Amino acid sequence: MKCGVVVFPGSNCDHDLYHVLKHVMGLDTRFVWHKEHDLADLDAVFLPGGFSYGDYLRTGAIARFSPVMTEVIEFAKKGRPVLGICNGFQILCESGLLPGALLRNRNLDFICKSIYIRVESENTVFTGACRQGQVLKMPIAHGDGNFFVDEATLAELEERQQVIFRYCTAEGEVNAEANPNGSLNNIAGICNRKRNVVGMMPHPERASEAVLGSDDGRWIFQSLVVAALDVVS
Amino acid sequence: MKGTMQEPEVTLELARQHGLSEEEYEQIQKLIGRKPNYTELGMFSVMWSEHCSYKNSILLLKTLPKDGEYVLAKAGEENAGLVDIGDGLAVAFKIESHNHPSAVEPYQGAATGVGGILRDIFSMGARPVAALNSLRFGSLDDPHVRYLFRGVVHGIGDYGNCFGVPTVAGEVYFDPSYRGNPLVNAMAVGIVKHDRIVRAVARGEGARVFLIGSSTGRDGIHGATFASEDLSEESEAKRPQVQVGDPFTEKLLLEATLEMAKEDCVIGIQDMGAAGITCSTSEMSAAGHAGMVIELDKVPLREADMIPYEILLSESQERMLVVAKPGKEEKIKQICEKWDLHAAEIGKVTERNQQLQVFWHGKKVVDIPADSLVVGGGAPQYERESRRPEYIERLHGEDLRALPHPLDLADTLLKLLESPNIANKSWVYHQYDHTVRTNTVVAPGADAAVIRIKGTKKGLAMKTDCNSRYVYLNPRRGTAIAVAESARNVVCAGGEPVAITNCLNFGNPYNPEIYWQFKEAIAGMREACSYLGTPVTGGNVSFYNENPDGAIHPTPTIGMLGILEDINHATTAWFKQEGDLIVLLGRNLEEVGGSEYLAVIHGKVSGDCPQLDLQRELQVQTACLKAIREGLVQSAHDVADGGVAVALAESCIMNRERPLGASVELTGYFRADFCLFGESQSQIVLSLKGAHLPRLTEICNEYNVAMRVIGEVGGERLRIGELVDVSLQDMMDRYYNAIPEKMRIVAIE
Repeated sequence: MKCGVVVFPGSNCDHDLYHVLKHVMGLDTRFVWHKEHDLADLDAVFLPGGFSYGDYLRTGAIARFSPVMTEVIEFAKKGRPVLGICNGFQILCESGLLPGALLRNRNLDFICKSIYIRVESENTVFTGACRQGQVLKMPIAHGDGNFFVDEATLAELEERQQVIFRYCTAEGEVNAEANPNGSLNNIAGICNRKRNVVGMMPHPERASEAVLGSDDGRWIFQSLVVAALDVVS
Repeated sequence: MKGTMQEPEVTLELARQHGLSEEEYEQIQKLIGRKPNYTELGMFSVMWSEHCSYKNSILLLKTLPKDGEYVLAKAGEENAGLVDIGDGLAVAFKIESHNHPSAVEPYQGAATGVGGILRDIFSMGARPVAALNSLRFGSLDDPHVRYLFRGVVHGIGDYGNCFGVPTVAGEVYFDPSYRGNPLVNAMAVGIVKHDRIVRAVARGEGARVFLIGSSTGRDGIHGATFASEDLSEESEAKRPQVQVGDPFTEKLLLEATLEMAKEDCVIGIQDMGAAGITCSTSEMSAAGHAGMVIELDKVPLREADMIPYEILLSESQERMLVVAKPGKEEKIKQICEKWDLHAAEIGKVTERNQQLQVFWHGKKVVDIPADSLVVGGGAPQYERESRRPEYIERLHGEDLRALPHPLDLADTLLKLLESPNIANKSWVYHQYDHTVRTNTVVAPGADAAVIRIKGTKKGLAMKTDCNSRYVYLNPRRGTAIAVAESARNVVCAGGEPVAITNCLNFGNPYNPEIYWQFKEAIAGMREACSYLGTPVTGGNVSFYNENPDGAIHPTPTIGMLGILEDINHATTAWFKQEGDLIVLLGRNLEEVGGSEYLAVIHGKVSGDCPQLDLQRELQVQTACLKAIREGLVQSAHDVADGGVAVALAESCIMNRERPLGASVELTGYFRADFCLFGESQSQIVLSLKGAHLPRLTEICNEYNVAMRVIGEVGGERLRIGELVDVSLQDMMDRYYNAIPEKMRIVAIE
C-alpha cells in the first residue's frame, strides 16, 4: 500500500506525517506537491497540519483551491481513504468533503497541549483497529479548532455516527472541562457519510512513538494497515 | 513624481542627527577620501550603530573563550555559532534581542524577533528544530505590562507556530526594572549536515548576487539606529520603524534556502535583518575580501517611488542575499519559482575591486569600501569609561540577619509558588506549538527542554537563563551564576553542556556605571565559560535598555546547548514514584541575598548574590550527569529561585496529572527561612530508588560532592520536618493559577 502526504505551501506537519508513515509504520510513502494532478499510484491520501498559505484569510480557505484538491476530491469520491489532520481537517471542511467549520478557539488563543480523545466509532478505515470507547492521548496544537455546524447537520452527524472522536478526560468521560476549544458536543474528529474521509484536530503523528510521551496515535495508522490487509485477504 | 525628492546636503549636523559623533563623521571622510553623500551617510549611520557595529562592546567580547572541542564556527564568523554533534551533523544556534521594537509594538516586535533569529539559522543551511526565548516584563499588576506581555506572547506564538518550529523552552521574569523596557530575547537551534553548511561570504569574480524572498518596502528604516538609543516618550512615534512579520513567506524562504543548499547552488547566503541590503552586501563582501556591484533598479519594491537611501536601509523582513555558484543561476530561479518567491538578480561580486558600488537609474549612488562599513573593518571600536556604582556597596552592606522571621513558613512557601517568577508558565507555553516536528521529548515546564535527533541515538538539551537580580547586585558573579545555572539545568535534563550563545541586555554604555556592569559581566562569563568548558559561539548585545525611569537590571541571558549521547538519558524534574528516596546534592549555605524570598516576602532586592565555587559546581554537575547516565536517577531538579523548599514543591507538582507528595527532614540549619528559601548555588534535588543509593554515594565520593538523603517521595502533602506541611492541592492551586488569574483581568478590560 502506498501513502501520499500532500504538501501545500505553508504545510508544516508534512515531514512529521511522512516520518511516521514511512519510518514508524514502514509504509511506502511519498510527498504530493500541491500542483500535482496524478494520485493514481496512491492508496491513501493525507492532508497534513500547518498553515497552508499562512492561513491569513481563513484556515484552509485558500488551500482548497490548490490544483491537487480537485484530484483529492475525485480520490475521495471513489471511496478511497483520506485523512486530514488539523489544518488538513480545516481544508477538508472548506473543500466540502466534510461538513462544518473550525472556528477560533473559545479562549481566542492558540492552544498546544496533550489531551485525550475517545474513539466514538470503529467504523472507519482510520479507526478500525480501535475499539469504541478507547481513550487515546495525543497533542493538539491549533488556534482554530472549535468545531461548529448547524443544528440539523449536527443531529445528522450524531445520528449517522459520523462523530469519530470526542475530547474527554483521561478516564474517558466527555464533559465541558475536557473540551479544550469549545467544539460542539466535544467533537474532535468526524467522517463523511461514506466513512472514507476523516478529519481530526489532534495530531496522531505527534504521538506515535513512546519517546514522545505517547504512541496512541499509532492506532490511527495501524487501522489503515489492517484495513488494507482486509482488502487484500 | 515623489522619487525625485531633493536629497539633503550632508553636514556634520545631519551626521549627528543620524547618531554619528563628530569623530565618527571625520573618520568616514578619511576612509572614503571625501564627504559621503546622503545615501552613504545613511549606510554608515546604520552600520556604525551600536546594533550592527558592536562598537562599545566588541573589544570586551573578544576576551570571551571561543574555542572548544566541538566548535565549528566561532563567535562573529557566521550568522550563528556552529557546533559539531557527531554523526556528520552540526548544530547552529544563536540568541538575539528584539527589545526596543517590542516595547513600542509588542506583537510585531516579538514576531519579527523570532523571524530574524530563524533566518540566522537557516541561512547557514540548517533546519530550525527548536526555538526558545527569554522574556522580561514589569509587574503584571500594571495594565500596560499585561498588554505588552500578551502581545509579545501572541507575536512569538503566531510567528513560530505558523513557521513550524517548536518553541520548547524559555524563561519569563517579572521585575519593576523592566516596566518601561521589556526584554524579548529569541533563540533558535537548527541542525545541518556538515556537507550542507552554508557560509555568509561573497567570493568569485562575477558571481551573481540574488535577492530572494519578500519585496522591499519602507518598513523598518533605521530600525538598527532606533535600537541603539534609549527609549523615551518619543519612542512611541517610532512605531513605523518596527518591521512587520510574514511567517508564511519565511516558511517558503526556509524551504527554498534548504533546497538551494541541498542542490549545491550557492557560494554564500546571508539573511537580511538589521540594515537590510546595506548590511548583507557589505558584510558578505568583507568576509570574502571582495566587493559588489548592486543595481537597485532590479530590487522588487513594494512602493515604486522609493529612493536609494530607503531601499538600502529598509528592514523589510523575509529576505535573503544569495551569491550563486556559477552555472547554478537557473536552478536558483527554478527553486524560488517553485516556492512562489522572488529571485531578483541584483548584482555581482567583484574580487578585483573591493568597493561596494550601488547604481540607480543609471547613476552610481554609492561607492565605498565594503570593509569600511563593517565590524572588524572600518567600524569604530571603543572602550568606555567605567565606574563601580555606589549602590553596590550600600546593598551588600545590608544586614539581612536582621530581617524578621516569617510567622508561617508554609504560607511563605505558597506565596512564593504564586509569585509570577516561580509560578507555572503554561499560560505562555500553551500558546506556543511545542510538539511540531515530532522531536520534543521534554516539553516546556521542565528544567531544560530535550529534543531527539532523528536518525541518531542522540538528543539536544537547551535552556535560557539569567537571574538579573544577582547580576544587578554582583555583575561578575551574577553572570557566572547564569552560565553555571543554565549548565546545571542542561545536566539535570541528562545533557552534557557544550557551548553557549549570549544576549547581553544592558543600559546606556556611555554611563560609566552601566559600562562597569557590562565589563564585570563579561569577566564573569569568561571565568565560568572557561571553567565549565562551554565556549561562547556568538550572540548579540543590546544596550540602551533605559527609559526615563532608569536602566533595566543588567541581563546577560545565557542560551546553553547540551548534547545527550543517548536520548534515553532524558530526565525530568518531577518525582516519579512513591517510596523513592530524595537526595540533595551540594551545600546549602542559607544565602538569601538577591533571592525571590527577599523580593516577594520582604520587598527587597538587597545583599550580595549567592557564592559560586566553580570547582564545586563542575563536580556536582559531573556527578549528577554520571548518575543519570548510569540510570540511577528518577528525577533531577536544580535548586534555584525560592531555594530548596520551592525545588521540592516543584518536584511534587510539576507533573500536573500525577502529583506526588514528599516527606523531608532538613537538619542543622542556622535559620529556618534562610535554609528553606535561600538560593545557594550548585545544589540539585534528585530522587532515586533505594537500591541505587550505594552507587550514587560512590559517585559523589569520587567527585567529592556533598550529598544527603533528605526524605522520601509519597503521600499527598509536602512535609518538611516541623517547618512546612502543605497539601499538594494547595500548592497546585497557587502554582498553576497565579498567571492565568492575573491575565484574566485583561480579558475584562
